[in-house]
Amino acid sequence: MKRLWFLVPLVVLGVLVLFLGAGLKLDPREVPSPLIGKPAPGFALARLDDAAQTIKREDMLGKVWMLNVWASWCVACREEHPLLVEFSHKKLLPVYGLNYKDQRPDGMAWLSQFGNPYDASLFDSDGRVGIDFGVYGVPETFIIDRDGVVRMKHIGPLTPEVIQTEIEPMVRKLNG
Amino acid sequence: MKRLFLACALSILAALASAKEAAPAADDPVLESRMLSIASELRCLVCQNQTIADSHADLAQDLRRQVREMLQRGDTDRQIIDFMTARYGDFVLYRPPLKATTAFLWFGPGLLLVGGLVGLVWVLRKRSRMSADRFDPDEDEGNAIPAEPDARST
Repeated sequence: MKRLWFLVPLVVLGVLVLFLGAGLKLDPREVPSPLIGKPAPGFALARLDDAAQTIKREDMLGKVWMLNVWASWCVACREEHPLLVEFSHKKLLPVYGLNYKDQRPDGMAWLSQFGNPYDASLFDSDGRVGIDFGVYGVPETFIIDRDGVVRMKHIGPLTPEVIQTEIEPMVRKLNG
Repeated sequence: MKRLFLACALSILAALASAKEAAPAADDPVLESRMLSIASELRCLVCQNQTIADSHADLAQDLRRQVREMLQRGDTDRQIIDFMTARYGDFVLYRPPLKATTAFLWFGPGLLLVGGLVGLVWVLRKRSRMSADRFDPDEDEGNAIPAEPDARST
């Protein structure tokens, strides 16, 4: 037994390596959202394309829907946009945009240039609704269920993998 | 006279310029300093190693505005911190709360230190009980036992 004492530093090193190795795999950019499982924050915003029409949180109750935060100044949004357009053609669920800290003409021009995957975009010019949703890195995508509870959040551009392995199963489960 | 006038004009201009820069602070310095003390407890999530008070990121400016407005409304510091954690999670706090999940974070370093000290004391006491012939002689005591006389003569 006493002979095995020399192994102690090796074991300590092994534990340390395990911890550091796990640390390498964590992405500090992906902060878990405290909103998941909680009711989505209330909002009442004008549509991007029509300042006279307002969309409220209550209007969305009763359906599973996607909220995608985007802006014309956001480079990563451009990257995810074709995917989102393709995804919206599948008509799995209504996709709404949150046009975050943008100018109306810029946002409209962006949609007509790259295509509009959104049923409607909400115009959040000063980013207050963004703060309520805990947005810190555009683009962000939320899935909200029939009761208005946030079920999923993805930070950063969507990828085909995220859509296939996370979003579509979640939508099927919520709609099923 | 001309110089004096120029000096006055310049100083007014300078005052105007600096006043413009510090506009939000000028309204209420007490409120502004409270805002900064709260903001310096909050992590800017865009640039994660800066506080919201330090950062020039767009989001940090918005959150400073948010804190300022909440203070004007008469909210307490606690309410503001709760507002932020409800949206961004505990990660937004530079001083995370003491919970079951953060206990290791809080006590880990202390435990490591205590463990190291206990180990050190244990090794030292064990060594002090060993007889002297278990150790190599110190180098400066080498005169007493000349180890390698050949090496020294060269």
